[in-house]
Amino acid sequence: MSTTPMSAEPAAAYRDDKRHWWWLPLFVALSPVLGVYLAATTGQKLWLWITPILWYVALPVADWLVGRDTRNPPDAAVPSLESDRYYKFLVYASIPLFYVTWIVGAWAVATQDYGWAGYLGVSLSVALTNGLALVVGHEVGHKTGRFEKRLAQIVLAVPAYGHFSAEHNRGHHKDVATPDDPASSRFGESLYAFVLREIPGALGRAWRDEKVRLARSGKGPWSLSNELLQSFAITAVLYGSALALLGPVIIPFLLISTFWGWQFLSTSNYIEHYGLLRQKLPDGRFERCRPEHSWNADHIVSNLMLYHLQRHSDHHARPTRCYQALRSDKAPELPSGYPLCFTLTYFPPLWRAVMDKRVLAVYGGDITRVNIQPSKREQILARYGAGRQTATGV
Amino acid sequence: MARYRCPGCGYEYDEQKGDEHEGFKPGTLWSEVPEDWACADCAVRDKADFVKVDGLLA
Repeated sequence: MSTTPMSAEPAAAYRDDKRHWWWLPLFVALSPVLGVYLAATTGQKLWLWITPILWYVALPVADWLVGRDTRNPPDAAVPSLESDRYYKFLVYASIPLFYVTWIVGAWAVATQDYGWAGYLGVSLSVALTNGLALVVGHEVGHKTGRFEKRLAQIVLAVPAYGHFSAEHNRGHHKDVATPDDPASSRFGESLYAFVLREIPGALGRAWRDEKVRLARSGKGPWSLSNELLQSFAITAVLYGSALALLGPVIIPFLLISTFWGWQFLSTSNYIEHYGLLRQKLPDGRFERCRPEHSWNADHIVSNLMLYHLQRHSDHHARPTRCYQALRSDKAPELPSGYPLCFTLTYFPPLWRAVMDKRVLAVYGGDITRVNIQPSKREQILARYGAGRQTATGV
Repeated sequence: MARYRCPGCGYEYDEQKGDEHEGFKPGTLWSEVPEDWACADCAVRDKADFVKVDGLLA
């Protein structure tokens, strides 16, 4: 306290402008319940589409209107910001809400007379809150304490993605922005090709890594200590009870909310590292992950909904840092927040028209330093004028 | 028995304690930790990057 602050802004005077705004994702987590309630009280079934409209329409507009925020807390203020339990509490408090929303959604489609459009709206709304549950699982799963790792298993059970912590922390963070990472997308790879590579690839890697971890303690993979199976067991109880109580009418809801929730995660991963590559060092290892190996977006509103996930560069450089302290870094910038980027990725030519030139700009136009989709490698190298260099053995 | 620290996030591997969750029993020497093992907390740094603590080595 007696020392001179390292930053121009004294730590003691620092106030987090976003502090009270971190309640926003909790309201989003409950938005499908609000939609069900408003549809019942007003008779307007459009309310059942509240969450997709929020994500795909309202958030891109809000990002455009409110804009970006590149300010960071001063270094000296980061330790107290990180240890402030208020921020942890907000994340923990969201976890039961994902269960409430999921259960209300399943109950609503089974018991209310919505017609197919309303049924679909509720299913997609819950799919998006399942996606947000994955973001929360991501945040708590990165923390180093056992308690928070347990919370991650519990929240990840809702979108049926219990292998995420193992896959993400031990797999993706280790291999990020390398050609072998199923969760890093390649230049020229469409979202659809990526999803089909990522979803099975991630499950396979998580299972293999968990098997290795258990083997060190002399246990087989089919053990009660398997953390993937522990989370899947919660999913089985949740989904099984809902099916038993509500009947097969909820099967389309289960499929849509689960797969579209997984799509939310995969599309985020697709956006986060598109085309970026850690170069190989002379000793055969890949260079250490630095901020320039992830795409960054500083759009305020979508960052508040996603717990600063879009400040992805700093997250990968310092994975254990809490969401409220993540920094805007010197990193490649996305053209918008994730909500609008999602829509761009659904139309691969549109995504490539916006992003391919940005990838090339990161590498000063040198296509040979880009993470390229192998099946399109020759074609892409020829197009960007590097065919000859690779032919001579770079 | 020595300790080794991740230069990125500060995670420490203590040979005396091991790391039960990672499957390293108390007393597991650093040399017995697999070469391709990455930091248990951040996974940004690998075993080769770890720095010995206890003042024996800078």
